[in-house]
Amino acid sequence: MLTENWSELTSREKFQERFKRWMDPPGIEFVSSEVREAYAERTRIIKDAIELKKPLRVPISPIMGTFPAAYGGISVQEAMYDYQKMSYAWYKFHRDFQVDTLSSTFMVGPGKVLEILDYRLYKWAGHGTPPTSSYQCQEGEYMLEDEYDLLINDPSNFWIRFYLPRVFGAFESWKALSPFTDLVELPFVGAFMIPMGIPAMRESLKKLLEAGEAAMEWIEAVNAADVKITAETGVPALFGGFCKAPFDTLGDTLRGTQNIMLDLYRRPGKLVEAMEKLVPVNIEMAVRSSAANNNPMIFIPLHKGDDSFMSPRDFARYYWPTLKKVLLGLIEEGIVPCVFVEGAYNQRLDFLADPELPTRSIIWIFDKTDMKAAKEKLDGKACIAGNIPASMFLAGTPLQMEQYVRDLIETAGKDGGFILTSGAVLDDVRPENLQAMIAAGLKYGRYS
Amino acid sequence: MLDKLYHAIVEMREPEALQIAGEALKSGFPPLLLMDCCRRAVAEVGQRYQSGRYFLAELMLAGQMLTQISAAFSDSSWARAGLMLTEQLLQEISGPKEELAAGTKAGTEKGQKLGRVLIGTVKGDIHDIGKNIVTFMLDINGFEVRDLGVDVAPELFVEEAISYKPQVVGMSGLLTLAFESMEGTIKALETAGLRENLKIMIGGAPINEQVREYTGADAWGKDAVAAVALAKRWIGGA
Repeated sequence: MLTENWSELTSREKFQERFKRWMDPPGIEFVSSEVREAYAERTRIIKDAIELKKPLRVPISPIMGTFPAAYGGISVQEAMYDYQKMSYAWYKFHRDFQVDTLSSTFMVGPGKVLEILDYRLYKWAGHGTPPTSSYQCQEGEYMLEDEYDLLINDPSNFWIRFYLPRVFGAFESWKALSPFTDLVELPFVGAFMIPMGIPAMRESLKKLLEAGEAAMEWIEAVNAADVKITAETGVPALFGGFCKAPFDTLGDTLRGTQNIMLDLYRRPGKLVEAMEKLVPVNIEMAVRSSAANNNPMIFIPLHKGDDSFMSPRDFARYYWPTLKKVLLGLIEEGIVPCVFVEGAYNQRLDFLADPELPTRSIIWIFDKTDMKAAKEKLDGKACIAGNIPASMFLAGTPLQMEQYVRDLIETAGKDGGFILTSGAVLDDVRPENLQAMIAAGLKYGRYS
Repeated sequence: MLDKLYHAIVEMREPEALQIAGEALKSGFPPLLLMDCCRRAVAEVGQRYQSGRYFLAELMLAGQMLTQISAAFSDSSWARAGLMLTEQLLQEISGPKEELAAGTKAGTEKGQKLGRVLIGTVKGDIHDIGKNIVTFMLDINGFEVRDLGVDVAPELFVEEAISYKPQVVGMSGLLTLAFESMEGTIKALETAGLRENLKIMIGGAPINEQVREYTGADAWGKDAVAAVALAKRWIGGA
């Protein structure tokens, strides 16, 4: 609830209310009026693009991964463990490149916290991947095939007693706990607390205390870094939170790619039931972080619904319905889903153009989808963004980059409703190519 | 019976396929004929994938059916789950009859393969799904594939290229760091004097012509279908 009359507001009024907070952020003291104006202009052109108005110019927002570390002369490992070095590297990146949106230091990840918890879902720099590399997901079957009902009956209970013990060494003993919902009357309190007394649980709680302290240290550094970058360079964050398509929550996090694909055939009923259960879970997560970060936009990366993963029939039956519910739930709350459509969605554009999705409410960020077709399909419906390939940043030349950006803006940016982004998260970049992207964005992206 | 089994596999009716196969084995039906039928059915699934009628889900389920049926007729350890193992599985299925009938592990005899492909996800990258699908598709199209796994160092590619003597090397990568790793691996193959006798293909989400040029590979493919076409063009069997 951002205002007292929140429940009486329409979704569009909520949208405006959320944007007001993003455009005039509390707690940021810009270092000069020029920077304040730069921030205002950037938020305005992004909002205009979302609302399908013709902005002053095309917003330029490459999706940054670990490049700021390399650019700042540090390894990714250093960035994940030495927050001061990390803060400076990210600041230097924003100072030198002047893109239109913040690459939040939040995304770099707290190495120490992950290490204390013995996190197993990911490998990260110096901890399973090279010191200069981004973190990578270690897929697995973290929910077994016969555990669908456990998840469906009570997702939090499943997370606490089954999922966490499998993906965090520090949570391993939590499988001994009873469901927290046991705590209903006095006689049950004692019984519930028994596992807390076992040595493994004490160890776990100690680790959590330690991780909590490390997380405080991290968040202070991250907040300070983001505030400094914003105050000194005037960049707004494009996203204030994150959620997922329910199919991906199951496929990425719980079942793994192969198992989720088999589940399409082996237990489609349970799969659908579980995805339905995860709709409000995803919406709630997004609404909460949007409010906490005063940012109306929520990032939703799509992973397993791409043209090659499943048939159009299965996409219509399994992937899309609950994703659509999440989108509608967010839009209802005045939130703008920024959907990162990874892979190619050339066979899926009709879904994205669904007339039941309110217009001017979504950003579709494309990767390998044909941008001309996307523009045609979504024209007058939603803002599109994309899709400079990662290869252009590393293997291309500034001239090739300029031509790509010019052509892209000509096709996808015509009459507004467009944000210039990369089609992938960027780790390895030649600085001159990124400069060329920004210069070309400014040169060809002006609407007159 | 074989006809029913074939169609059950091709039409993705897993319980039916397993039941038919199970009953056939119990009644003493020759396992080899059964496995040959499964192999043909999975090849048809591969065809449908190639023609865009089937997708990842169908490919994975077909692989699973094959694995389970194989497990049912031989309780040896080679019936482990997953696409990664279908290479070995298929090799064994197409291996010598005596060994299969005896239910022992084949593995030395390679059967009638079109040629050899060495494959792996390059150094620094641990993504394996795309590579596994390519391996599977090459397999069912008659190639012998050695899969080196993920995060494969250039030195290992070189070492294996020497011992395995592939005609084609396939490199996979999902992250941009893979560009450098691919380039480095190709350089290492060059330095080892192996490059001119090898065709090199690369693939993975961010791979395109620009990356091919950058790395010095001979070709790139956007998916497993493209990988099969390239291997056929280079080795034969097209």
